[in-house]
Amino acid sequence: MNIDAIKNGIVIDHITAGRGMRLYRLLGLDQLTCSVAIITNAFSRKTGHKDIIKIDAAIDLDLDLIGYVDPDVTVNIIRDGELIEKKRIALPEKLVNVVRCRNPRCITSTEQELPQIFCLTDRAARVYRCLYCESRAKEE
Amino acid sequence: MRSVLDIKDLTVTEIDELIAVAEDIMAKPEKYATACRGRKLATLFFEPSTRTRLSFEAAMYELGGAVLSVSDAGTSSAAKGESVADTARVVSCYADIIAMRHPKEGAPRVAALNATVPVINAGDGGHNHPTQTLADLLTIHREKGRLSDLTVGFCGDLKFGRTVHSLINALSRYTGIRVVLISPEELRLPGYVKKDVLDRGHIPYTETRDLLSVMPELDILYMTRVQKERFFNEEDYLRLKDSYILTPDKLATAKSDLCVMHPLPRVNEIAVAIDSDPRACYFKQVLNGKYMRMALILKLLGVTV
Repeated sequence: MNIDAIKNGIVIDHITAGRGMRLYRLLGLDQLTCSVAIITNAFSRKTGHKDIIKIDAAIDLDLDLIGYVDPDVTVNIIRDGELIEKKRIALPEKLVNVVRCRNPRCITSTEQELPQIFCLTDRAARVYRCLYCESRAKEE
Repeated sequence: MRSVLDIKDLTVTEIDELIAVAEDIMAKPEKYATACRGRKLATLFFEPSTRTRLSFEAAMYELGGAVLSVSDAGTSSAAKGESVADTARVVSCYADIIAMRHPKEGAPRVAALNATVPVINAGDGGHNHPTQTLADLLTIHREKGRLSDLTVGFCGDLKFGRTVHSLINALSRYTGIRVVLISPEELRLPGYVKKDVLDRGHIPYTETRDLLSVMPELDILYMTRVQKERFFNEEDYLRLKDSYILTPDKLATAKSDLCVMHPLPRVNEIAVAIDSDPRACYFKQVLNGKYMRMALILKLLGVTV
């Protein structure tokens, strides 16, 4: 299958197979007016299968959100048809307004203008906890 | 700006220092009688509490300081919709230190992020209550002469009991601690506390529903109230509230130097007949709480005597 190479834009590569659509939704890529290609179950020498997202525009991406959803991805920045930067994403130490606290007793449930901040408390187990009430972040 | 929102905000060394200061205040109260002259404590209590607020206020008065008090959220600007952040900023203009109780978990964190003076968490919902834990630690230290090598039983509501979580957290940093968890199935200690605190700290623990069977092992018995305000469902509360009631006959097999503790207020989980037993330490906890709050206020205000 062929997808045209992009001239100026971003390729999010090495997405764990099956997480591409989720990332597409969470990053709000459905709101873009440029071309966006989602390739699912592409061949990967490293993992067997992977998803890839190609965005045909130079936009600002929320790297913390990408790191939270899938810390193994790479973000390739393409300019004039050349790869100019390859960003390796890791689990971010802090998530701001990426996930919402679901604890009904949390102060954020009544003071909704507060930023939703989650901190990485266990890297190995990928556990994030609400800065305010320490409830564990749940996958959305 | 240093605030104390969680017992984990204090190192073991700092806790030991606070205990030493509290014991010095007990021994020589006159030495501290004017230590906070000219300083003001604001007590912002957005949830009913008598003893904690009075304890903070008594602590500040005994240090020679003054107290500004908001004891009923219904009469405060919060009732008009002011945010915790704005309240903290405003009160920082009037007071040198804030003690805050709030029904919402994390509210004191929001206050600390916005205040320009130290904030002490005086209880935030079912989350943290670090000064109660300081009172508990001083009580154990005074009754046992140590905070290590103890078998500590926690009985009652271990699920919602924030004092239990905090004390387990604090004790897990000392050596030779063994924990016995006594509760009905529905009110067991949450898995994350077992995993993050007990397992991570390599603290041996057992779980049981039977208080009598473990009584002879215990050095400390920490009783808790099944709190109505922590339940969403009144039916569950009514079914579980009388699960564990301590009566004199249940203490028959206990050690002669057992220390029975309770964060208070009690409803009926400790029979009044136990109050005269020398092993009852819960009223001492109240007094110890005031001294630990005095020591903490001194520390956060940077006052040395």
